[in-house]
Amino acid sequence: MELFSAKEVSKTYANHQALTKVSISVEEGSIFGLLGPNGAGKTTLIRIINQITGPDSGSVWLKGRPLKPEDIDQIGYLPEERGLYKKMKVGEQALYLGQLKGLSRRDAMKELKIWFEKFEITAWWDKKVMELSKGMQQKVQFICTVLHKPRLLIFDEPFSGFDPINADIITREILQMKKDGATIIFSTHNMESVEQLCDHIALIDKSKKILDGPTQQIREKYKSNIYDIAYRGDLDIHGHVLAGKYNILSNEQNGMGNKLSIQYPDGSNSRELIRDLVEHVEIVSFNEVIPSMNEVFIKVVKQNA
Amino acid sequence: MHKIALIIRREYLTRVQKKSFIILTILIPILMSALMILPAYFATMDDEQTRTVAVYDGSSVILGRLENSEFTKFKFIPEEEYKNIKDKVQGSDYYALLVVAPNFLTTKTVQIISGGSIPFDLKSQIQDKIQSVIEKDKMAEVVRQTNIPDLEKRIAATRTHINIDTIKLGEGGEAKKSSTEIGMILGYVFGFMIYMFIFLYGTMVMQGVMEEKQSRIVEVIISSVKPFQLMMGKIIGIAMVGLTQFAIWVLLGFTILSASRSFYPETAQKQQIQNVMSQNQDAVQAAAPQADKMQEVFSMIDTINFPLIIGCFLFFFIGGYLLYSSMFAAVGSAIDAQEDAQQFIMPITLPIILSIIVLMSAIKNPEGPIAFWFSMIPFTSPVVMMARIPFGVPAWELALSMFLLVATFVGMVWVAGKIYRTGILMYGKKPSWKELGKWLMYKS
Repeated sequence: MELFSAKEVSKTYANHQALTKVSISVEEGSIFGLLGPNGAGKTTLIRIINQITGPDSGSVWLKGRPLKPEDIDQIGYLPEERGLYKKMKVGEQALYLGQLKGLSRRDAMKELKIWFEKFEITAWWDKKVMELSKGMQQKVQFICTVLHKPRLLIFDEPFSGFDPINADIITREILQMKKDGATIIFSTHNMESVEQLCDHIALIDKSKKILDGPTQQIREKYKSNIYDIAYRGDLDIHGHVLAGKYNILSNEQNGMGNKLSIQYPDGSNSRELIRDLVEHVEIVSFNEVIPSMNEVFIKVVKQNA
Repeated sequence: MHKIALIIRREYLTRVQKKSFIILTILIPILMSALMILPAYFATMDDEQTRTVAVYDGSSVILGRLENSEFTKFKFIPEEEYKNIKDKVQGSDYYALLVVAPNFLTTKTVQIISGGSIPFDLKSQIQDKIQSVIEKDKMAEVVRQTNIPDLEKRIAATRTHINIDTIKLGEGGEAKKSSTEIGMILGYVFGFMIYMFIFLYGTMVMQGVMEEKQSRIVEVIISSVKPFQLMMGKIIGIAMVGLTQFAIWVLLGFTILSASRSFYPETAQKQQIQNVMSQNQDAVQAAAPQADKMQEVFSMIDTINFPLIIGCFLFFFIGGYLLYSSMFAAVGSAIDAQEDAQQFIMPITLPIILSIIVLMSAIKNPEGPIAFWFSMIPFTSPVVMMARIPFGVPAWELALSMFLLVATFVGMVWVAGKIYRTGILMYGKKPSWKELGKWLMYKS
């Protein structure tokens, strides 16, 4: 079921087109990756979802009806540029932000206790934010974002500023929230975490959406007939008949075993490739290379240039 | 709780709980009254050192006729002793040496010789005493020549002190006793307080907006509330800080006033007794009207319409504050760093500084054209109108001024809200007035 969608959303600032007819649809209980180079318009779209700003044209929908001002309490937003009141105490500040999202003081207190114990930061409650390290502040801010158990979470670069251990804790929490039924829009430049977390992605470049679909399908779509093959036997690729028909990307022969990376031309297929190979060598393994999101990103954005 | 109430609560509590707020609220009135009272207190403080002044009277005019007062003794010394000590007063038993030359009556000049500098009080005491001796002689001479009986008493009876009661006719024709002096003082105090509050709390709003922008928390907050709610919450919260401070001061003021009133009769009596003791007949006569005057001041204070003044103060404080603080909020949202603030703050503060200049002329002539027009213009009316109110202002003028102020601040809050909304999310740009104008046109 669809939880959130944007339909043909456009936004222009003075003389700068930030979004051009961008549509996305986010399934309930999924993690949706919102990707794109710097300045592509991601932040503008996120701000529209948060109703910080409104679209010039197009519409945004939550649970099948147009987004309303009250829906703000069902959304949790962790902006890329983090910030808390530096001189305010941690606990008081978290209570305040929770209450601004519609929690009662008592409920906010109850939830905060659980989170502070889970993250083992109860001792920070009466500290001023300015006394905490940057990573600690990020943790507090993460809690403030998810405290009111929003239906829709928007994380903009949630791992920046975290060490690997803390990043791992955050990843686990994000996956847990997904399990508990939350829908997450995840914006990042870290393509590894996209592969790890996102069910679906959309790529925005120069104000337009240029790619959209389930992560796995997209990677499949961008594979380019490349296979990694381990084989036994001697294969000198120089002037070899295989080199005439296929694009040999690499061929390593050493004590560790022989590896060949090969690409068949359009119009051919893997069956033909195997047939040709078995004539010359004994195949140990035969793997299709699926491009990483990183490669897809670079390829698609370069094509769009 | 409604979200804007949450914002107001945070803005209010974080400021009121600050040590600096508590200290300043108590210190400012103490410092202010100290500035006014201390010099007066020191001036009246009695000089309690006993001094003996040696007097050599070469003219014999005042010989034996300077009477000792409580702390000042006069000792008339013969010529020999005078010659002995005149060059070494410091080493002698005397504090100073008063020399009356033989030709004193023509030169009208005496000399005081001493090691240190002579206290002003002592000098004027000696001066008064010698003068009254001479005056008595002259008077006796006139009495002797004219032979008019009781001349001395008759002349003394010509001394007159008059009181002026200023009566102000109200619109209904009822006469009110008013005091120009007290009106001036109140006008100045209240006008100045509005000026101070607007300046202090207006810039506090700007600082608060800048803090939120610089720390980037603003994006989190406006994903929970509308930017306009955040701006108004801040403005209202800080206004309540100001009103709290004002309320504390009003309470303190009334406490001090009633305390000094119960304390007054005692001091007045003491003063009169002192004057009698100083044997200066004139002083007794002068002290009586002075005592009356104190009584009069208190009765004047009673005639002042404090509810009206305080009501108007609250209105013009809130109106003026909303007008200016919304401008300050817009400026705070537009800039990234304090350094960029100057070019925007100048034009905003200019009218309010102008209003404090006009205030001076308004308390002197509260019904003149300058006072009238500047109490209508919304940018200066809070200060200038406040200065006029203690003197009494026609109801229509007050109503018009209030209406103009409300209309302007509603418009200004609207404009500021639009600039604010765009400004708080705009980083890395040094905005110009032109840029701010463009932001006004942006759709939300």
